[in-house]
Amino acid sequence: MLIFEHSSEGRRGAPQAPAEKAPLTAIPEKLLREGSAALPEVSELQAVRHYTRLSQKNFSIDTQFYPLGSCTMKYNPRACNSLAMLPGFLNAHPLTPDAQNQGFLACMHDLQSMLCEATGMAAFSLAPMAGAQGEFAGVAMIEAYHRSRGDDARKEILVPDAAHGTNPATAVMCGFTVKEIATLDNGDVDIDALKQAVGPHTAGLMLTNPSTLGVFERNIEAIAKVIHEAGGLLYYDGANLNAILGKIRPGDMGFDVIHSNLHKTFSTPHGGGGPGSGAVGVAERLRPFLPLPVVTEEDDSYRYLTAKDCPQSIGRLSAFMGNPGVLLRAYIYMRLLGREGMVRVAEFATLNANYMMAEAKRRGFTLAINDRRASHEFIITLKNEARDYHVSAMDFAKRLLDLGYHAPTTYFPLLVPECLLIEPTESEAKEALDGFMDALEQIKHEAETNPELLHAAPQTLPVKRLDEVRAAKQLDLAFKKQ
Amino acid sequence: MPFIPHTENEITQMLETIGVDSIDDLFDEIPAHLRAGVLQAVPHSMNEMEVSRLMKQRADQNSSAICFLGAGAYEHHIPSAVWEITTRGEYYSAYTPYQAEASQGTLQLTYEYQSMMTALTAMDVSNASMYDGASSLAEAILMAVRANRKSRSRKILIPTSVNPSYRKAAHTIVNGQQVELIDVPYDSASGTVTLEQIKQQTEAHGGDITAMVLQQPNFFGCLEEVDAITDWAHDNNILVIAVINPLVMSVLNPPGKWGREDNAGADIACGDGQPLGAPMSAGGPYYGLLCCKQSLVRQIPGRIVGRTIDLDGKEGFVLTLQAREQHIRRSKATSNICTNQGLVVTASTIYMAIQGAQGLENTAAACHANNNSLVEKLIAIDGVKKAFSAPQFHETVLQLEQQPAAEVLKALMEKGILGGYNLSQDYPELGEAILVCTTEMRTEEEIDQYADAMRDVLSSGATVASLAESA
Ligand SMILES: Cc1ncc(COP(=O)(O)O)c(C=O)c1O
Repeated sequence: MLIFEHSSEGRRGAPQAPAEKAPLTAIPEKLLREGSAALPEVSELQAVRHYTRLSQKNFSIDTQFYPLGSCTMKYNPRACNSLAMLPGFLNAHPLTPDAQNQGFLACMHDLQSMLCEATGMAAFSLAPMAGAQGEFAGVAMIEAYHRSRGDDARKEILVPDAAHGTNPATAVMCGFTVKEIATLDNGDVDIDALKQAVGPHTAGLMLTNPSTLGVFERNIEAIAKVIHEAGGLLYYDGANLNAILGKIRPGDMGFDVIHSNLHKTFSTPHGGGGPGSGAVGVAERLRPFLPLPVVTEEDDSYRYLTAKDCPQSIGRLSAFMGNPGVLLRAYIYMRLLGREGMVRVAEFATLNANYMMAEAKRRGFTLAINDRRASHEFIITLKNEARDYHVSAMDFAKRLLDLGYHAPTTYFPLLVPECLLIEPTESEAKEALDGFMDALEQIKHEAETNPELLHAAPQTLPVKRLDEVRAAKQLDLAFKKQ
Repeated sequence: MPFIPHTENEITQMLETIGVDSIDDLFDEIPAHLRAGVLQAVPHSMNEMEVSRLMKQRADQNSSAICFLGAGAYEHHIPSAVWEITTRGEYYSAYTPYQAEASQGTLQLTYEYQSMMTALTAMDVSNASMYDGASSLAEAILMAVRANRKSRSRKILIPTSVNPSYRKAAHTIVNGQQVELIDVPYDSASGTVTLEQIKQQTEAHGGDITAMVLQQPNFFGCLEEVDAITDWAHDNNILVIAVINPLVMSVLNPPGKWGREDNAGADIACGDGQPLGAPMSAGGPYYGLLCCKQSLVRQIPGRIVGRTIDLDGKEGFVLTLQAREQHIRRSKATSNICTNQGLVVTASTIYMAIQGAQGLENTAAACHANNNSLVEKLIAIDGVKKAFSAPQFHETVLQLEQQPAAEVLKALMEKGILGGYNLSQDYPELGEAILVCTTEMRTEEEIDQYADAMRDVLSSGATVASLAESA
């Protein structure tokens, strides 16, 4: 039932607003609204009950194991939420003069420094509001860098064919054409193809390392050399930073510009779709181009750098300062971890993934890539099951939901047929991993003996499989009162 | 070990299963000479008690001045229930609802959000959110360029009465796509953009304009002549992009109704959802609202939820029209956006449900009444005058005739008052001018306190200078 269907004309959520409607003096009639907006009319209790009950229809990290590959669904510590919501932070107007905003700016400055250290970059901007906007900022900086040198012919961005969709979409938004580079069966970039592709038209390469295939790119130094010798820059998509935090730093691998998804590696909540943060870090030569605002320290106090300080900046990406509430949560998490905790993140995320991969192999699953270490995630391909029993990765995913597990990422990366990309994260205990592997094995058995069970899944959730074709054809995107 | 549950025993078992001796062996594909040393610049781990102490200290360092500052972010009352429900783990720690059957909570809520936002704006379609108002404007512009097939120019008119930060962000974001953003100066008497100026700029730029932006209320709090401008734009094949404050749309003519009835409405509406339940929080997270006419639905970027049925014919909700998005279309997608601002939309939906239309209207009207009251008291002071003649909503530009705005604001701050936004950087032609804002949160006493403080500050120029020095 929709909230609109709980509505009853004339019912109000008082006392949440002024009791009377003050007169709208001095506003001409024609600028005023005719009639009220058709919002629900419910009591506060009705709203609270409705949205509490709706929440119970969600899977979440707090209620289920959620091994969604590439998304790093780790525990979101509650302290990060409650401390980020202290009144001193929540009530801060974004345009408060810097002198009255020192507590917040101090946190942001510390966060920039810690991110520099953790990634080996020279400077950071916290402005981008998600990974994709971080990519945008990064590629826009690459463009600005080449342009500042009069190097105007560099119109092409390279991405591996395993790249996330945001990579090519971003390059196009920044005015580049995109060329995809093939990946070898062992998961490494095809370096010969890369050598063929580069030239005076190459602006840069966007790379995720470990890659979206769940393996570390072993030829990273050679790749960096090819790109740099061609005059291009190397972009690091930090979606998989969790796998290597404190173990190897993008800056040391030769990357010139990176973004870090703080909503992945640094545990800020995904919130059912966002908000996130795609903080961007750069090597020294790209520092002048960082997006604003950036926080700097001068004479023991902090202030925002402005366009006057940074005339070559690519500019601003939002009205204010990106997503400060997200940044605070990441900052609190990093202070809880400390330098010791950061390395452990990568170690235990990797231990968990390799353990699950070994278990998957032992239980007869086909791995997408053989004889490699897993990073913090790995891929099972169900192409044999699909061929032999006519069950798809989607069927496996839906059946997992019935068994109380959120499904891994399906059908990404696009290269691997019928794939499940599994990322357990470091915060899951061994029994959760074992339980999940048992469930997967059970489903494999069901696929062999009773594939109908998979086709009909899920059976235990609030709805059964939904008609997506109908949703796209008979568009119903908003409730309209009959 | 913070947030890592493994026992020694389990670690040993797991390593055995994998067939390695140590966790370090799992990193043996990483070239040894590239391995990181200790992260010296990251402080040692703190426990929750210690971090709490640190964060409380930092939070207390921030100002608790009475806020008369708006300029794109507004201090409104937020019912306690809003964030208590929003931060339930089931909303807070869920991912994007790609597995629809396991995400009906978020999906239905988003559908309800889309329903509420279209009701408020009188637009046909709303997406599930963009990052913020400024980036939403940028995406609206790119969307208009894709949608207006009758125009080839990729030229967009933007009045300078549109929030300067929005204009800057839009510039950054559309920069790579050969879109030209053309300023239209506002009228210095009214504080709004006039049809004359718009026509003039259109002619000066060859007549073919793809879209124009119109903010209501505009950055100065002034109300634009939206009907006449929308009609003229449509008569000239120009799409209209509305930038709105959604709370204020509960009482003002919403963008879906701008202009003549037969060709009604802005084509795209965007803006910041912050006034609907998001705390100011130093700038975010807020969310960008983005709505459009039905005919443009395939051009709108970002996620959209649709209502459908399951195998049993039971109602349910899914992400739909995904063929517009980067994970399907890659380089041909409408935008690169993936993660949006879902949790803030959750809060906003609960906020709108609790307030209802009446609650929003009373809130908006109180903001307006308080602003009238403040402005009346401030312009009664010698040396303060209203800059513009157009009708205002809850923000007003005041010119200070005797003293620099920066110093006045500083002196007000010393008296515990966040007195407004200094316009001198973005609008030097206004002289010493500030933008003041009043929401429903301000009491009559606080308004009097502001007026008294302003009177003190302006009547004691010497004090201002010395305060400025000591600060
Ligand atoms: C590899 C990769 N790159 C980029 C992104 C985009 O990040 P965001 O969703 O924060 O925009 C993702 C997120 O899913 C990802 O997995």
